[in-house]
Amino acid sequence: MSITYLDAIREAQARALRDDPRVFIYGQDVGAFGGAFKATKNLAREFPGRVLDAPISEDAIVGLAVGAAIEGMRPIIEMQFADFSTTGFNQIVNQAATLYWRTNVPCPITLRLPVGGTSGSGPFHSQCMEAVYAHYPGLIVLTPATVEDAYSMLLEAVALDDPVIFCEHKLLYRHLKAEQLPGEALPVGRARIAREGRDLTMVAYSAMVHEALEAARELSAEGWEIEVVDLRSVKPLDTDTVVASVARTGRLLCVGEAWPWGGVTAEIVSRVSSEGYGLLDAPPQRLNARDTPVPYHPNLWAAHRPTARSVAAAARNLLRQ
Amino acid sequence: MLQTVIEAKQSNAAAARDIHLAAWRFMLLARMLDDKLAAVWRAGKMHGGVFLSRGQEALSVSVGLSLNKGDVFAPLIRDAAGRLAFGESILDAVRTYLGSALGPMRGRDGNVHRGRPREGLLPMISHLGAMISVVNGVLFARRLKNVSGTVGAACVGDGATSTGAFHEALNQAAVEKLPLVLVVADNQYAYSTPTSRQFACAHLADKAQGYGVQGHAVDGTDLTACLKTVGQAVARARDGRGPQLVVASLLRLCGHGEHDDAGYVDPKLKQSPLGRDCLKVAEEKILREKWADASQLAAWREEVVREIEESVAQVQREPAPDPFAEEWRAISTGHLSEGHEAEH
Ligand SMILES: Cc1ncc(C[n+]2csc(CCOP(=O)(O)OP(=O)(O)O)c2C)c(N)n1
Ligand SMILES: [Mg+2]
Repeated sequence: MSITYLDAIREAQARALRDDPRVFIYGQDVGAFGGAFKATKNLAREFPGRVLDAPISEDAIVGLAVGAAIEGMRPIIEMQFADFSTTGFNQIVNQAATLYWRTNVPCPITLRLPVGGTSGSGPFHSQCMEAVYAHYPGLIVLTPATVEDAYSMLLEAVALDDPVIFCEHKLLYRHLKAEQLPGEALPVGRARIAREGRDLTMVAYSAMVHEALEAARELSAEGWEIEVVDLRSVKPLDTDTVVASVARTGRLLCVGEAWPWGGVTAEIVSRVSSEGYGLLDAPPQRLNARDTPVPYHPNLWAAHRPTARSVAAAARNLLRQ
Repeated sequence: MLQTVIEAKQSNAAAARDIHLAAWRFMLLARMLDDKLAAVWRAGKMHGGVFLSRGQEALSVSVGLSLNKGDVFAPLIRDAAGRLAFGESILDAVRTYLGSALGPMRGRDGNVHRGRPREGLLPMISHLGAMISVVNGVLFARRLKNVSGTVGAACVGDGATSTGAFHEALNQAAVEKLPLVLVVADNQYAYSTPTSRQFACAHLADKAQGYGVQGHAVDGTDLTACLKTVGQAVARARDGRGPQLVVASLLRLCGHGEHDDAGYVDPKLKQSPLGRDCLKVAEEKILREKWADASQLAAWREEVVREIEESVAQVQREPAPDPFAEEWRAISTGHLSEGHEAEH
């Protein structure tokens, strides 16, 4: 049997619905149709009345989830694309994110955001929004890079008492496969060493973990041993695992698919610089998308985001220093 | 006296013939262009999606034909016919779909996300409802600049009426009494979602009253009705009578995009009058009125096919955007651009 990242997301939701009567799923086309990406396929049939089509009203979709959470439910919201969460932004960052802090009443909602670029998707169906949401206090932001994490972290997201932004990468939906669903998993908030090495630490998350791993394989042919850290969760950020890795390698390259101003990679560089300054043998580096909207044409898109090639090139530069 | 009545009737008849023939030609062009682009997509020669207008050409073309040069138009995903009638070239459409460096979007944006803002054709973003207030802004600015006599049209689907943006913009236009014509194609589905899960009013045109604007309902499968209703709405807006909400009932005769087989569409709807193909309905009317005969229509069809084939062949030879020559800059003030020089 082989299970895709997308299957894992569907299975996690099925299990959450099965195990917890407080769970329901709400979003555009998630019902009989099974969602734009088929992440809720057959769930409306298996769980009648608990997987519901929403109007095209992201603000009201998130607002409804917050109200239901106050009433003790555990809604899972599917945004059709992460990009459209901007029209629900107010409810996410001002309502969901502040509720617990203001009232001591938690807000256990899970917002599933299909993120990231795919060829030909253009500026409004490609965005990575983890940094925007991580900036706001009150939100947990998860970025699974593997089939196993897609499953276990989604289950944990639903179980958590806080609002979770669950960033699922569209490029991984059908490409990534695993033999089985995990029994045990690292908890949310812990990073994972995806590949061990001693010459340089690459920190990545979401789809960029795979570009980093491919770059590491390429560099191993040249004799370099690259350590790849998969953050898994960008908020909270597991600084300890990153700093421990840099302590072994002395070199840091952070890779993110989001835009270069601020963001996750900048946060890591900042933390490692202040907490592990003495561990660094060279200035910490980061590689991000270019500072323009995500382009449509495949040639432009491929040059806009980091790829294994550009990651390897950046790593070579850093290794020479 | 009798003579002038007869002459007026004759010239009215001639005008009706002319506009129907012009409309039919744009509708056909839109339909054949859609079919061609879908074929290119199926052949794997295009990334991303293809969004067809099948079944919505009569409504869309009526919007395009009712507008004048100098008006502003914000079409949406199913407005191939309206765009052409408003003056967009076939090349603009094909170049944007194929990402040609020579197109108006230069490969940066694609498919239906295209336009020429300086020429009154606003480039849609994906976020539904978002274009309406932008049309308002153009009209508002014209008022400030003492430019009168122009109108703006924005097209949306039934699904987009559920957005906050739709509500805010229509209310805004009403408060400002702007010459906005908001055209809703109620094609019974928003992607897979039927209208029963989208709104609970009997007819979307009923919403007009709540906003304090004029509402119009029309059969979107009937070109003659669309030309008349949309034409009247545009004329009223131009006359200074404030925003007009036009709601056309029809059926999307295709998937949401080419990737979607639309298996969820209720077969009863396909059999109902809503499921009529507006292009066929228009064609039958033209033949019935003897405005043209079958051989003439066939000749035009050949012409249209040739035009499209030539455009696609031309664009396929055009250069793709070159990432090395690309200016990776999103602000116009060059010296303020940070230009994060990542080496990719
Ligand atoms: C704010 C927003 N949310 C979600 C989407 C995703 N989406 C694209 S088209 C579509 C359905 C649109 O339905 P409708 O407005 O009826 O237009 P139609 O496709 O039927 O012409 C959806 C949900 C979007 N584009 N914008
Ligand atoms: Mg619709």
